[in-house]
Amino acid sequence: MPDGAVPVLDVKGLKTVFRTRGGDVHAVNSVSFDLKPGELLGVVGESGSGKSVTMMSLIGLLPSPPADVRDGQVLFGGADLLKCSPEHLRAVRGADIGFIFQDPMTSLNPVFTVGYQIMEPLREHMGLDKVGAKRRAQELLELVGIPDAKRRLDDYPHQFSGGMRQRVMIAIALACDPKVLIADEPTTALDVTIQAQILELVKELRQKLGMAIVWITHDLGVIAGIADRVIVMYGGQIVEQASVKELFGHPRHPYTRALLRTIPSVRGERTAKLNVIEGQPPILSAPPAACSFRARCPHAFDRCARENPARRPVGAAHDVACFWDPAPEPAHA
Amino acid sequence: MLDGAPARARLVEVRGLKMYFPITAGVFRTKVGDVKAVDNVSFDIYEGETLGLVGESGCGKSTCGRAILRLYDPTAGSIKLEGREIAETSQSDLRRLRPQMQMVFQDPQASLNPRMTVAAIIGEPLDEHTKLSKREKLDRIYELMDQVGLNRNFANRYPHEFSGGQRQRIGIARALALNPKFIVCDEPIAALDVSIQAQVVNLLEELQDRLGLTYLFISHDLSMVRHIADRVAVMYLGQIIELAPRDALYATPLHPYTQALLSAVPEPDPEMETQRRRIILTGDVPSPANPPKGCNFCTRCPKVFDRCKIEEPAFREVAPGRFTACHLYDDTTKTAGRTAATEAIPEHPTRSVT
Repeated sequence: MPDGAVPVLDVKGLKTVFRTRGGDVHAVNSVSFDLKPGELLGVVGESGSGKSVTMMSLIGLLPSPPADVRDGQVLFGGADLLKCSPEHLRAVRGADIGFIFQDPMTSLNPVFTVGYQIMEPLREHMGLDKVGAKRRAQELLELVGIPDAKRRLDDYPHQFSGGMRQRVMIAIALACDPKVLIADEPTTALDVTIQAQILELVKELRQKLGMAIVWITHDLGVIAGIADRVIVMYGGQIVEQASVKELFGHPRHPYTRALLRTIPSVRGERTAKLNVIEGQPPILSAPPAACSFRARCPHAFDRCARENPARRPVGAAHDVACFWDPAPEPAHA
Repeated sequence: MLDGAPARARLVEVRGLKMYFPITAGVFRTKVGDVKAVDNVSFDIYEGETLGLVGESGCGKSTCGRAILRLYDPTAGSIKLEGREIAETSQSDLRRLRPQMQMVFQDPQASLNPRMTVAAIIGEPLDEHTKLSKREKLDRIYELMDQVGLNRNFANRYPHEFSGGQRQRIGIARALALNPKFIVCDEPIAALDVSIQAQVVNLLEELQDRLGLTYLFISHDLSMVRHIADRVAVMYLGQIIELAPRDALYATPLHPYTQALLSAVPEPDPEMETQRRRIILTGDVPSPANPPKGCNFCTRCPKVFDRCKIEEPAFREVAPGRFTACHLYDDTTKTAGRTAATEAIPEHPTRSVT
């Protein structure tokens, strides 16, 4: 991706807090990132690291209360999505920003036909009439590789298998030619062979349609195969950001490094004992005053307990939120 | 593993195991068909080994694990634990055998009673099966908590006060309470985060080394199974289609389904990902209520030929220690032509390897 390109989506200092009976939960803490046109940005992190909440906050999908998007700026198409009216936001969602959720069963309405659900955004946002919407819906189903598309439009979600349902979700998300597609763990609920089908489909659709994609996942293997650039989240913050090759080749944050070492491989060396990250993820009851990984970090020193590290550049398009510097690698390794 | 495994005694022998669930219809619940969740499965588990059982959701791997422990009453087949037939044993006799075979469940949230303290959960099997005094019981509970890396001070806490990984440790401690020989681990790490998965897998391995346990490790995570298992069985639509020592299976998978399955696993390495060729299977898994004629995999197999659609391949040993059910490896296809068509599935397909 050209570095100079104007980002389609620019998020600055996003903060989201959940107000619960047990106190506030600081789920997203000053998250900033941008998305370039046509780029596939991978977002990785464990459950509770704030990756989904970040994406839901920026298009106003979180119920408030309990969620409270406290601070930040989300620039999309020249407007700040956090400040614009609910009507504008509604027009953006579905039309300009498409969403694919993790579980295709719960995100499709069981009492409407699949055809109706694909036609809904077309009629709502594109102003198509019934005939035009139906024709387009059929095209979309064909685009995502559902055989016998015309007949399948009249089927209900329960008549589709998991992989097919996720294809329908993709068709709905793509219905209005969005500039940005946000995919939240779209293959996590699927089996590996079906996941492979969906990944192939997304790669193909990217080439055909050229939209920018944010792909949220906890699976580093999936990221390695499809992403251009990756952000790693931990404790509601972005701890590392780099191109996919750089991140896997030269991970800098101790968390990223540890994470990459804990996954066993199907093809590479088989280790006798798995590496572990000791301890538990942090509880986000207060905004971080220190590095949130320090309790589990093998390299932590006194400064890590005093201040929260800011993201700093460590190479071309590579930044990390960590005070620690690894020993320089041999130049001709 | 190839030389080591066969020398050991067989702890579990499963032959022709079938587990069908009836499909009923109408007001009288008349039976109209069967869901063939496990359909004619045979394998051995040797003492001290970990047998990995992999497959996609709905392939029957969990049902298989549960049927072996007689949590279901199998439709047909024989299950032997240390040479003793348990497939048709009465529940009261079975109860005496229960301490030897235990289970670790997938979802530690759902498999622990939220109203019981950790001590009560771990102590329950001891109440049921032993006559320990209160003091001895508490000592045993503490010992078990130490073994699985739980702090003794937490004995009186409730499951909700623990994280997912710790809850799974409680489930493991409960399974260990009666000194079992054989533990079925049904997707024990599927509900956990990556960094926590490794902790639990290491714990299971440590316990195996220390206590000489035998595991049936059921999982859909092929990379984790490669790490923990000695031998691996691959299931598809209710049948085991390949069984082999771990290294052989991952290096040279024989069955086209195993090949596709392994090639579908994404690799956390962008360089490898760009060079790698995936075998993309078309279509979905057929319904186990109505499996296809011939080979179960024939509807999706990239190497399918005529015979696959007519005749079910036998599960047979095609190389020392390597079993597969595929016509591609039928020697008879090449030599004797059609004779194999009448050949029934061998009664004891899992010969010992010498």
